[in-house]
Amino acid sequence: MPEIRVTPLGAGQDVGRSCILVSIAGKNVMLDCGMHMGFNDDRRFPDFSYITQNGRLTDFLDCVIISHFHLDHCGALPYFSEMVGYDGPIYMTHPTQAICPILLEDYRKIAVDKKGEANFFTSQMIKDCMKKVVAVHLHQTVQVDDELEIKAYYAGHVLGAAMFQIKVGSESVVYTGDYNMTPDRHLGAAWIDKCRPNLLITESTYATTIRDSKRCRERDFLKKVHETVERGGKVLIPVFALGRAQELCILLETFWERMNLKVPIYFSTGLTEKANHYYKLFIPWTNQKIRKTFVQRNMFEFKHIKAFDRAFADNPGPMVVFATPGMLHAGQSLQIFRKWAGNEKNMVIMPGYCVQGTVGHKILSGQRKLEMEGRQVLEVKMQVEYMSFSAHADAKGIMQLVGQAEPESVLLVHGEAKKMEFLKQKIEQELRVSCYMPANGETVTLPTSLSIPVGISLGLLKREMAQGLLPEAKKPRLLHGTLIMKDSNFRLVSSEQALKELGLAEHQLRFTCRVHLHDTRKEQETALRVYSHLKSILKDHYVQHLPDGSVTVESILIQATAPSEDPGTKVLLVSWTYQDEELGSFLTSLLKKGLPQAPS
Amino acid sequence: MKLYCLSGHPTLPCNVLKFKSTTIMLDCGLDMTSTLNFLPLPLVQSPRLSNLPGWSLKDGNAFLDKELKECSGHVFVDSVPEFCLPETELIDLSTVDVILISNYHCMMALPYITEHTGFTGTVYATEPTVQIGRLLMEELVNFIERVPKAQSASLWKNKDIQRLLPSPLKDAVEVSTWRRCYTMQEVNSALSKIQLVGYSQKIELFGAVQVTPLSSGYALGSSNWIIQSHYEKVSYVSGSSLLTTHPQPMDQASLKNSDVLVLTGLTQIPTANPDGMVGEFCSNLALTVRNGGNVLVPCYPSGVIYDLLECLYQYIDSAGLSSVPLYFISPVANSSLEFSQIFAEWLCHNKQSKVYLPEPPFPHAELIQTNKLKHYPSIHGDFSNDFRQPCVVFTGHPSLRFGDVVHFMELWGKSSLNTVIFTEPDFSYLEALAPYQPLAMKCIYCPIDTRLNFIQVSKLLKEVQPLHVVCPEQYTQPPPAQSHRMDLMIDCQPPAMSYRRAEVLALPFKRRYEKIEIMPELADSLVPMEIKPGISLATVSAVLHTKDNKHLLQPPPRSAQPTSGKKRKRVGDDVPDCKVLKPLLSGSIPVEQFVQTLEKHGFSDIKVEDTAKGHIVLLQEAETLIQIEEDSTHIICDNDEMLRVRLRDLVLKFLQKF
Repeated sequence: MPEIRVTPLGAGQDVGRSCILVSIAGKNVMLDCGMHMGFNDDRRFPDFSYITQNGRLTDFLDCVIISHFHLDHCGALPYFSEMVGYDGPIYMTHPTQAICPILLEDYRKIAVDKKGEANFFTSQMIKDCMKKVVAVHLHQTVQVDDELEIKAYYAGHVLGAAMFQIKVGSESVVYTGDYNMTPDRHLGAAWIDKCRPNLLITESTYATTIRDSKRCRERDFLKKVHETVERGGKVLIPVFALGRAQELCILLETFWERMNLKVPIYFSTGLTEKANHYYKLFIPWTNQKIRKTFVQRNMFEFKHIKAFDRAFADNPGPMVVFATPGMLHAGQSLQIFRKWAGNEKNMVIMPGYCVQGTVGHKILSGQRKLEMEGRQVLEVKMQVEYMSFSAHADAKGIMQLVGQAEPESVLLVHGEAKKMEFLKQKIEQELRVSCYMPANGETVTLPTSLSIPVGISLGLLKREMAQGLLPEAKKPRLLHGTLIMKDSNFRLVSSEQALKELGLAEHQLRFTCRVHLHDTRKEQETALRVYSHLKSILKDHYVQHLPDGSVTVESILIQATAPSEDPGTKVLLVSWTYQDEELGSFLTSLLKKGLPQAPS
Repeated sequence: MKLYCLSGHPTLPCNVLKFKSTTIMLDCGLDMTSTLNFLPLPLVQSPRLSNLPGWSLKDGNAFLDKELKECSGHVFVDSVPEFCLPETELIDLSTVDVILISNYHCMMALPYITEHTGFTGTVYATEPTVQIGRLLMEELVNFIERVPKAQSASLWKNKDIQRLLPSPLKDAVEVSTWRRCYTMQEVNSALSKIQLVGYSQKIELFGAVQVTPLSSGYALGSSNWIIQSHYEKVSYVSGSSLLTTHPQPMDQASLKNSDVLVLTGLTQIPTANPDGMVGEFCSNLALTVRNGGNVLVPCYPSGVIYDLLECLYQYIDSAGLSSVPLYFISPVANSSLEFSQIFAEWLCHNKQSKVYLPEPPFPHAELIQTNKLKHYPSIHGDFSNDFRQPCVVFTGHPSLRFGDVVHFMELWGKSSLNTVIFTEPDFSYLEALAPYQPLAMKCIYCPIDTRLNFIQVSKLLKEVQPLHVVCPEQYTQPPPAQSHRMDLMIDCQPPAMSYRRAEVLALPFKRRYEKIEIMPELADSLVPMEIKPGISLATVSAVLHTKDNKHLLQPPPRSAQPTSGKKRKRVGDDVPDCKVLKPLLSGSIPVEQFVQTLEKHGFSDIKVEDTAKGHIVLLQEAETLIQIEEDSTHIICDNDEMLRVRLRDLVLKFLQKF
């Protein structure tokens, strides 16, 4: 029985280091290759030794697919390809290919330069790794090899994020990566056709949340920012350089313009300018409104938002600063946070999810005394606000996507076990689709039933279809043919054609049975009686009385003879070929019972 | 399988393919050469044009002088310009299921088809094709609508009158079907019927046919199409290029193994080398400007203009022309320049990698930033304030019949210092210039057509090996003006099938197979048997299900268990269904072994007689006779079913079933 096997190496009942192995029809595909922000040791990367103990990854994996540029989905890629060693193809969309190396370099710098980690991947490794990348278009069917094909669908979430369909023959798996089902200020909503995969692997970050309308959250956000700057406070918004940042920038930019505000907005250095540039050049990946108006006004050219300089943090007076990274675990956002945390007038707004172990996660869970490096304790007096702007589908959205794709089963990753449990039940009860949620290292095996595609000769098919249209075809009709299997070429042809193609002659097997009847009449009359008898019983068959005195039922021939010795006995010779076996056999047993008494 | 040819223009094709149960229109080209018969539409009142004398017949009859004007020996229709539509009568266009667009030049007739024929299907095109196609249509509508013309001439179209007119009016075809330009409303409605597709995307049509666009290398988003079922493949090649300009390179490999390859859109100037032409363009431009003259480049707002601007970007500094302003005037100039920068995924590798830096893929961004290139929606407004001479002006329309180009022809035509350089190959430059004669300005003809030439075609055909080639008749003979150039035609074996406007071709297809799925339960029940090394057979008896053009084979329903005893059956109930056929048999029966088998199974008193063709085996005790020949076996026995069945099964052991 063919089967699909799925093993998460990361993101199994967890958020972080997404990495999922899928085996489908003998092909092995790795979905995402992320890092975990909550760990600084070996656990930050997936355990690739699981894939193969002693063998090259390239021999084992047919391809690697990266869903989007977030580090928890691609952060381990250079380590995987250059340090562990993988030379096969890596697929991602164009924007992901453009932006991914920049984030990797950024990540590397923080790890190596700031934290002084040794044995980390190098800049050169990032470059070498990116050389193995093959960029894909949306909806393009990419043939990885003769059998394995992949196809990308729009996922929203961040610029260039995609869901991927992995297909071999009639078996398929869809992996969503991260996605959102509602368009936001800069991106559109995820979309997939009714592709009916055997399995849908979906993220479940917000498995239990049904979020209120986006407009409300936006109003709330603007109100909080506005109030804080009005009373002279500073607002820190930790973000990742690409993605949510652009959406919030568009939001603040339009608000500032409308309210005619003069309070400065800064965006932490480096990536900003460049990041916005990517958005300008990849306009077709943004939402419809931006695409339609970009000629008149490119939404990613901001008038009110300026580059941040480290010295600005100490400036008096109100300001709004977007700083990276988004979970306050390192870098500039953490530095600014330490400076501003002590003042209750200030505010930090966390616009996205924070993984366990990060400063962001700690303050969101209510901790107000943070132990920093060197046993220093930082007291947090500033206001801490959480606003879910991260573009993940909520429970409603996930259900909606499952409904769109109509999978046979669903597998949850990229979420917390407890929340997954809830969603799993919901999916199984409401959609009646089996649902799995394996932990890291745990394998889910799904049997699949495979239909086999073969070529049917048009002659045979047409003959059958024509007969299928006849009015008497009430019961299902049987199609007979011969399947010729030569290498991997399967053809279904009529038996006659099969014989001909193979250069074989037909062997005719014929039976002739002698049926003795008691009848004193002449042969011709006996034949006539046989004819009327059969005619009355075999209403659905073609019964004929031929001029030479013989009777036929379809192609079965019945002749009446009179053996010389006994005038009271007639012998019926019933003759049929093997193809008419059933009918022939039926006729002999029927005739054996004798003929009905003729009315005398 | 049939091909209905609705356009005779080889580079502006419009064909309808009937393939299996689908009706597919391939491209929707609009032949605009008809506009050359009309007087130009001046943006600014032109005394010269309005004072042209009316034309009169040889006998002095001047009843047509309101409609026809004469200029330097040529006669022009003084009316709103009209276009020659694809044939609309050859096939009922409301039956068209889908329209596949190959590039933005080949969709200009779309509003006529989708809005006025009862068309209810879907149009497929790539995103750049749609966006730039929209710009081309917008420009066209704008050019025509902003110069309202009261007069619409129709008298001259009367067949009896047309006969009396001088060439080329006399020879113009299908004039009664010529139509005025569509409106923006029709354009929007037509474009709303388009569904966007990406290269190598497989699109299923009714479960019967799959269509796939492939990069064709000619323009942004330009595509060739594969139309295939599981056993048949048609390739539609339209406007392809193997030169490295800005678009993604042509995908040739996917065209392999086609049964039929429809080949349209080859270069219109097979004798000109595009690289050489670009060189000539630059040097003529420099020469004119150095002498204080202006350069006019009639062009479309997208396409080759990007390459020309890129050339000039590299050229003007080295030629010391950096202070000469470049003007690009079109209602869609800004949009075109902006759009070109956002389609990175559709560009050649070099340009793509620029976006990764991130930098704009085309250098015209820098020309605009440094104020060397300026763009305006029209000559009115800002342009008149900024206008400095000498300068270079890129503007449309290349037919010289409408658009801002008409104004510059009138303005600069009288001075021999100025030059007009023709780069677009769609219109004969001599005909385009006819209503401006006499002309003092220099005319340079540098047609840049990057589409395939005949050498490239013959290489391509060798490479992809289609069984049959179908092409417009123009490609199967040398060009009329160069009838000795036997190299300027398609040369392939078997010879290409050619078509002309309004013709219907039967495509040489032999469909022999169709895909069918064998359900897993049925597949499990099959018993394959190796007949020859590497070839196995299995007999199949199954139920056929057909839905949405997909065929399925399911296991036969289990025969109901005989319900003996419960009910008295009528005699007829047991009659077997004669349609339950037994398999065919093959092989032969070796008599000696057969006899041994019979003995093993308890038959005694067996006699074998030789006959002319084989043997007769006699089972005397059972009064049974078995005739065995090479290709047949005949069992003749008394009505003893048990015996017969035993013998039958023994015989079958020696035979193969089919």
